[in-house]
Amino acid sequence: MDRQAYSQLEQQITPKPPLAVNLVKAFVTGGIICAIGQGIMYFYMYFFDFTERTAGNPTVATMIFIAMLLTGFGKYKRIAQFGGAGSAVPVTGFGNAMISAAIEHRTEGYVLGVGGNMFKLAGSVIVFGVFSAFIVALIKTILVKFGVVGW
Amino acid sequence: MVARGVIRFGSRPTIRAAAVAAGPAEKKNSPFSSQFDRLYDSELCGQKTNEQAHRQLIEDACDLALNKAEKTISDADYLVCGDLVNEMTPSNFAAASTGLPYVGLFSACATSTSALAYAALLTEAGAASLVLAGAASQHSAIERQFRYPIEYGFKKPENAQWTVTAAGIAAVTPHEQGYPSISQATVGRVVDYGLTDPLNMGAAMAPAAFDTFRRHLEAAGTEPEDYDVIITGDLGAIGTELFRKMATEAGYSVEEDRWRDAGKEFYGGDPAFFAGASGAGCSAAVYFSDVYNRMMEGEYRRALLMATGALLSPLTFQQGESIPCTCHAVELVMGEGENR
Repeated sequence: MDRQAYSQLEQQITPKPPLAVNLVKAFVTGGIICAIGQGIMYFYMYFFDFTERTAGNPTVATMIFIAMLLTGFGKYKRIAQFGGAGSAVPVTGFGNAMISAAIEHRTEGYVLGVGGNMFKLAGSVIVFGVFSAFIVALIKTILVKFGVVGW
Repeated sequence: MVARGVIRFGSRPTIRAAAVAAGPAEKKNSPFSSQFDRLYDSELCGQKTNEQAHRQLIEDACDLALNKAEKTISDADYLVCGDLVNEMTPSNFAAASTGLPYVGLFSACATSTSALAYAALLTEAGAASLVLAGAASQHSAIERQFRYPIEYGFKKPENAQWTVTAAGIAAVTPHEQGYPSISQATVGRVVDYGLTDPLNMGAAMAPAAFDTFRRHLEAAGTEPEDYDVIITGDLGAIGTELFRKMATEAGYSVEEDRWRDAGKEFYGGDPAFFAGASGAGCSAAVYFSDVYNRMMEGEYRRALLMATGALLSPLTFQQGESIPCTCHAVELVMGEGENR
């Protein structure tokens, strides 16, 4: 069997990911995570002196903390196996990427192990997050300057 | 010389004993676990790091194989083994603690059979009266190197495979009656069909398995029906199907019961392990427990072991290279099978 025929056969036999089911699962998982986040945000606004604008920071911190606990107890990977992108895209996914790398490299010490590898996966999120924020801000600044939109 | 890359062992070196040490997931989920000689309840096997646990498994399997062969470490002449960790440190450290002359072999997950072939050569050459040969893998140590951190959440597809925590070691001696002996080995070529998905390694390895299969049978002048079992290493559900399709297309008749795959059977087809098991310890654990025991009991008189290996690294994958694969075959015969 030549390479081309094999490649066709391989594509036939390898199961296709069930796209529709995965999308629904991701939507539900992501939705639940975000609903919990919204609940926590209201909690900070209702019981503490936070406004809708300022409640974001403690909410994100709390969500990441929960994600870290779930990762440490080995539960987050199970949620991810079910929810896919639904658990990867919210900020909890970022927390999971960080803490999983930190746990993994604990055996190589705190400095070169945990410190050096903590952002192994999450690092590219930060790099491209900061870079795209810069580009968007630049575009908006130019548009405002020329009076196309206002701040 | 029989054919290029094919070795026929006139002296019929014998596998005097074989032993397997395995981890908790294997204890709980593998239908072969009752045949394993030592099972750990923790992935760390009482050690501090995964890499130390990996080495512990190799040391255990060596001790157990020697015990079963009623030998001691001072009777052994060589240790021939390998694993998947960078620079094969678990094997190296295990070799240091045994103090044996050591050859580290890297054939990825095909190391179980390449080690057997190497051990048979040493024995046939009269260079050894006892060689410990085998392969090992430890789930966490291998996954962290080839994929993501263990606790990182991502959706694994159905065609993914699960690296086993197990070490299998065989004690190879010059010919002795009443034990499975090694009659022929085929050294695999490296076959690359251009597949690039590291989460679908069974599909990448199937062409290599078929290449070695055909070369081995042509050199031996045999048909698949001549074997009581033809067992591939870790093709998994997808790879096994592809391998069978290739064989069917080439005119071989596939027999469901006799054509086995260690990886596909390792966790009993549990979907939690996706397409099945993989890792250097996968084929070693099944060959050196289930297959060996069935040969000793006389159920199998002639067996073809074909361990498959994907020769990739995370670096080559990220650089967009395809996955070169290999498969080394070892033919075992027992009793009457010796004269066939």
